[in-house]
Amino acid sequence: MSIGTFPVDIIKSRMVVHCMKAYKIKEEAIKLFLLICSITVVMLLFGIFLLLLLKTIPAFKEISIKEFFTTPLWNPAGYYKEQYGILAMVVSTLMVTAGAMIIAVPLGIGTAAYLNEIANHKVREILKPIIEILAGIPSVVIGFLGIVLLGPIITKVFGVKSGLNALNGSILLAVMALPTIISISEDALNSVPKSFGEASYALGANRWQTLVRIKIPAALSGIIASCMLGMGRAIGETMTVLMATGCATAMPHSFFDPVRTMTSAIAIELGEVAFDSTHYYALFAVGLVLFLMTFAVNMASDVILNKYQLMERK
Amino acid sequence: MKLQKNKILQAVGFSFLTLCILIVLTILCVILFDITAKGIKSVSWSFLTEMPRKGMTEGGIMPAIAGTILVTFITAVLAVPLGCFVAIYLNEYAKDTKLTRLIRLTIRNLSGVPSIVYGLFGVVLFVQSLKFGTCLLSAGLTLGLLTLPWTITASEEALKTVPKSYREGAYALGATKWQVIRTNVLPYAFGGILTGAILGVARAAGETAPILFTGAAFYLPFLPESGFDQFMALPYHLYILATQHHAIGQVRPLAYATALVLLALIFSMNFIAIIIRYRIRKKTMLVH
Repeated sequence: MSIGTFPVDIIKSRMVVHCMKAYKIKEEAIKLFLLICSITVVMLLFGIFLLLLLKTIPAFKEISIKEFFTTPLWNPAGYYKEQYGILAMVVSTLMVTAGAMIIAVPLGIGTAAYLNEIANHKVREILKPIIEILAGIPSVVIGFLGIVLLGPIITKVFGVKSGLNALNGSILLAVMALPTIISISEDALNSVPKSFGEASYALGANRWQTLVRIKIPAALSGIIASCMLGMGRAIGETMTVLMATGCATAMPHSFFDPVRTMTSAIAIELGEVAFDSTHYYALFAVGLVLFLMTFAVNMASDVILNKYQLMERK
Repeated sequence: MKLQKNKILQAVGFSFLTLCILIVLTILCVILFDITAKGIKSVSWSFLTEMPRKGMTEGGIMPAIAGTILVTFITAVLAVPLGCFVAIYLNEYAKDTKLTRLIRLTIRNLSGVPSIVYGLFGVVLFVQSLKFGTCLLSAGLTLGLLTLPWTITASEEALKTVPKSYREGAYALGATKWQVIRTNVLPYAFGGILTGAILGVARAAGETAPILFTGAAFYLPFLPESGFDQFMALPYHLYILATQHHAIGQVRPLAYATALVLLALIFSMNFIAIIIRYRIRKKTMLVH
């Protein structure tokens, strides 16, 4: 018996070793594959930046950098001279975004505070998915409503010639930024330790005082981060501003002027230009500026959020 | 006296908060009501199944619906598996190194990149460099890249919900890491990953800016035959009907109906995702 089984055992154990090796190789291969996938994602962000940069460089062979950043006139089809100044676009973008933030920040924080402080568990469970619906509405639909619904209202209420102006864009962008601000602010408020509130109640403060002086300050970094994320979204939003702001290229003087933001300039003009013309490269330069602006806002909100998570851990 | 004042202050403050939520809910109701009330009149079976006729002033939006479904499919094929792989790496393999932190930082930043910038990237990479031309494939891949950060985040959330004991049990039986992931982690997280994937892809289906220059066609009364054809898409079609059409007043009812169909498509995808999530919750509650 023992003579017969002995070699079999050796063969078996050899097979096991062999299999183990095969498993190890397979394991390492899978890990490597997953790592490569993850690195692809990093490459994507760098790729976006590099491609934009690559396509921007030829633009500045024709256009002076100073002219590009400091003149307001954008007139690529100019008769005497083509003009590429993005100042008016940048101001328009910032103006529409600022308008949106003025509306969305108090409204968003107020709603988050309502969900956190006033709504009971059941109401909250119903309201949160309902607000999520708002986030699911495509920007083109919001822009469409800006034309057919909000535009006429603005015309009537303010007695202006056209309802398609910066104000319209601001209101629509506020609607689009709201879900982001509400959900992240609410998370921030929820993560304030209960003991903070209890200590405040114990000292005789009522719920409003506790909310305003204890809970909101404690959650402030999360709330600020939520507003910045909402702002990043508003800066980069294309379809709503393209449809609802009137798209005039002049420097805006008030919220009732039609404006053309950086995003809508790209959206309108890229379809019409010849590939590899100066105008084409100039649009990529606008894209790069846009990318850097949103990148800066997102990074800033990231830093703020991290800080607040660290504080929470302590 | 002071107590009285505080009480009044609280009442005023709380009514402000209530006002806030009421405004938000009103906005949502107005949006949904306006689109539904004005769009439903023009939605009919023939509107959904016919080709557009006479410069889009008559007929249906079938090619736009089909185009959106096809492009969404390509989006899902790119974004869902890749998102899942990255999430598995981050949640199961990655240690807290500089590289891992860089990957996470990148993902958060990618989700903040404006959709029109993805459009520019798609034009250069897919349309020009890879010479796909403006077509279904270019648009789908561009949307796929846009969706990637969302599917990664959602998949990772789903993987995080898998209890540690599931992994430890399998390790105790001598399983390797990948075996543990394949047999114990993924089946448990599958529903969550699916929910996140559907939600992400539904958002991509409503995007317009990335497909403006990568493949969407103004007016194309037939279906794309391959991935290298241009296509009509619901959001782009709505944009055209709302702003670029020669008879804007005449096609307004059609624009409303298109908006309604687009919303219905996206909401039904979201609804499916929510139902899946609900059923999983129930199932996992029974297990524990």
